[in-house]
Amino acid sequence: MKKVFHVMYDDDEKLLVAARELVSKGIHVNEVYSPFPIHGIDPVIGIKRTRLAITSFMYAMSGLSLAVFFMWYTMISDWPMNIGGKPSFSLLENLPAFIPVSFEFSVFCAAHGMVITYLLRNGTLPGMPATNPDPRTTDDKFVMEITTDTNSMNAQDLESEIKKTDVFELSIKDVKES
Amino acid sequence: MQKESAIREPLILGHKTYKDITDDVVRPIVGPASLGWKIMITISSIVALYGIGSILYLISTGIGVWGLNKTVGWAWDITNFVWWVGIGHAGTLISAVLLLFRQKWRMAINRSAEAMTIFAVIMAAVFPGIHMGRIWLAYYVFPLPNQFGSLWVNFNSPLLWDVFAISTYFSVSLVFWYVGLIPDFATIRDRVTKPFAKKMYGIMSFGWSGRAKHWNRFEELSLVLAGIATPLVFSVHSIVSMDFATSVIPGWHTTIFPPYFVSGAVFSGFAMVQTLLLVMRKAYKLEDYIHVKHVEYMNIVIIVTGSIVGVAYLTELFISWYSGVEYESYAFINRFSGPYKAAYWTMMTCNVISPQLFWFKKIRRSLVATFILSIVVNIGMWFERYVIIVTSLHRDYLPSSWGEFIPTATDVGIFIGTLGIFLTLFLAFTRFFPVLALNELKTILKSSGESYKNEQVK
Repeated sequence: MKKVFHVMYDDDEKLLVAARELVSKGIHVNEVYSPFPIHGIDPVIGIKRTRLAITSFMYAMSGLSLAVFFMWYTMISDWPMNIGGKPSFSLLENLPAFIPVSFEFSVFCAAHGMVITYLLRNGTLPGMPATNPDPRTTDDKFVMEITTDTNSMNAQDLESEIKKTDVFELSIKDVKES
Repeated sequence: MQKESAIREPLILGHKTYKDITDDVVRPIVGPASLGWKIMITISSIVALYGIGSILYLISTGIGVWGLNKTVGWAWDITNFVWWVGIGHAGTLISAVLLLFRQKWRMAINRSAEAMTIFAVIMAAVFPGIHMGRIWLAYYVFPLPNQFGSLWVNFNSPLLWDVFAISTYFSVSLVFWYVGLIPDFATIRDRVTKPFAKKMYGIMSFGWSGRAKHWNRFEELSLVLAGIATPLVFSVHSIVSMDFATSVIPGWHTTIFPPYFVSGAVFSGFAMVQTLLLVMRKAYKLEDYIHVKHVEYMNIVIIVTGSIVGVAYLTELFISWYSGVEYESYAFINRFSGPYKAAYWTMMTCNVISPQLFWFKKIRRSLVATFILSIVVNIGMWFERYVIIVTSLHRDYLPSSWGEFIPTATDVGIFIGTLGIFLTLFLAFTRFFPVLALNELKTILKSSGESYKNEQVK
C-alpha cells in the first residue's frame, strides 16, 4: 500500500513556493497538474528540458533530403525535360528551381513529425481517458502529487510538512502498489 | 512571473480571476444558441448552398459557364483564390510571428484568427480545383509515377510549387491550431455536464491532463512550430506571387511581387480579422478580452502593411515608365485609363488612401470606423487581384486577340457561395470551440490584467 497525496493550491505562485519548500526538505514531487504552464516549476520538481526540438530538426533534414532526392530522380534522372533550352540537366543547374519545394517539404515533415512525436510521447491521442485527479485542475486549481513510495519520509511526516504550506485542499488516497 | 510596465494599457479589463476567464469563454459553448446566431447561420448556409449548387452546375457543365474566354483565361476564379489565400495569412502571422516577438496581445485573437485562416485556405483551395475543369483528375498535380501519364510533374513550375506551398500551409496551420486547442478542450471536457458533449470533448481533448512535463513539451512545440511557420507564411504568398511573376505577361513580370503580395496578404488578413472579431466580441460578450487596445494594435499593422502595398503600386507605375519597355508601360497606362479603370481607382482608394486614416488616433481607436474601413480594405484587396489578373491579360502583345471579361451569374454565385461557406464554418466554430485561447490568457492575467496592474501602481 502506498499513500497518494493530492495537494491542491488556488494559485500558481503558491504552488511554486510550496514546491520549492518541500523539495528543499528532500521531498520528491511526482507530478504537477495545472491549467496552464507554470513558469519555473520544471527545475524545481526535476523536469529536464524536452528534446522535441532536436527531433524536429531531424525530421526537417529527412524531409529536405527526400525532396531533393525525389526531384533529382524525376527531373534529372528518370525523365529529363528540355524546357525552353534552359540548362536543367544536372542537379546543380536545376537547384534554384528546387528551393521552394525543398523548403515546403522540410517544413511539412518538421511540423508533422514533431506534432506526432509530441502526441505519442505525451500519450495524448484521440479518445484517451483524462488522468487529472480533479476536474478543477483544468480551470483554476493547481495540484501537486506526492506519494509515499517515492519518498523516504513516512505518511505522517509528509502530511505535516505538506500542511505547513499554503494548501487549499488536501486529499489522501490509499493505492495498492502494482 | 514576467513584469510589465504599469502604465502600459492592460490587455484584460476588469477584475478577472482564472475562473472568470474559463467562465467567460465556456459560457457560450455550454449555454443555448442565441437567436442572432441561429439567424446568421441560417442565412449563411443558404448562401453556402447556393454556392455549392453553382459549383455543381459548373462541374457538370464545364467552365464555359464562367465568363472566361481565350484571351482572359484567368479571372474571378484566380482572383478569388488569391484573395482567400491572402486572408488566410493573418492567422498564422498572429500566432507565429507575434509569438516569436512575445506580443501578449496576440493571445486574445490568435485562436479565432487561426480558425479564420484555416477556413479561408479551404475556400482558396476550391478555386484552382474547380478551375481545372475536370476536378476528378485533380490528382495529376501530385507527383505520381509515369503509369498515370507520360511524365512526372514539372518541379520547375511555380504552379506546382503552389500545390506544395498551399497544402503545407494548410496542414501545418491546422495542426498548430489544434495543438493549442487540446488543453482548452480539456477545460471544456471537465466543465460540461451533458454526457454526449462530455464524450465528444473528451475525444477531442485527447485525454489532456495538464501534467508539468506535457506543458514543458507544449511550450517547446509552440515555439518551434512558430519558428518554422513564420518563414512558411512568407513563402506561401511569395510562391503565389511567382505564379504571376515568372510569366512573361506585362504587368505580371515584376520582381517586387513577392514582398508586395505578402504585405498585401497580411493587410487583407488583418482587415478580415477586424471584421469578424468586432462582431464576435460583442455577440459573445468578450469586450474585456478583445478591447480597443487590441483593435488599435491591429490597425497599426494595417497602416504599415497598407503603406507597403501603396509604395508597391507606385513603384510598379514608376518602373513601367522608367524601364522604357513599351509593352510594360502600356499595361499600366491601360490599367488606370483603360476599360477597367473603375476597378483600378477603387483599388487605389480602398487600399492606399483609406488605411491612411488610421494615422488619426480617434479613428484608429473607433470601433465603428475600424469596422467600416476593414470592409473597405477587403473590397480594395479583392479589386487589387482582379486588376492584376484581368487587366494584364485582356490586352497583351497581339491587338487582334484583345478581349474583355464579363462575369456571369455562375462567377458571382460561386464567389458569394464561398463567402457563405466560410461564414457558416466560422459560425460553427464560435458555437462549439473555445474562441479565445483561454488557458494561454491565464498566463498573462497577472502581468497584463487590469486589477493586477492597479495593484502595482499603488
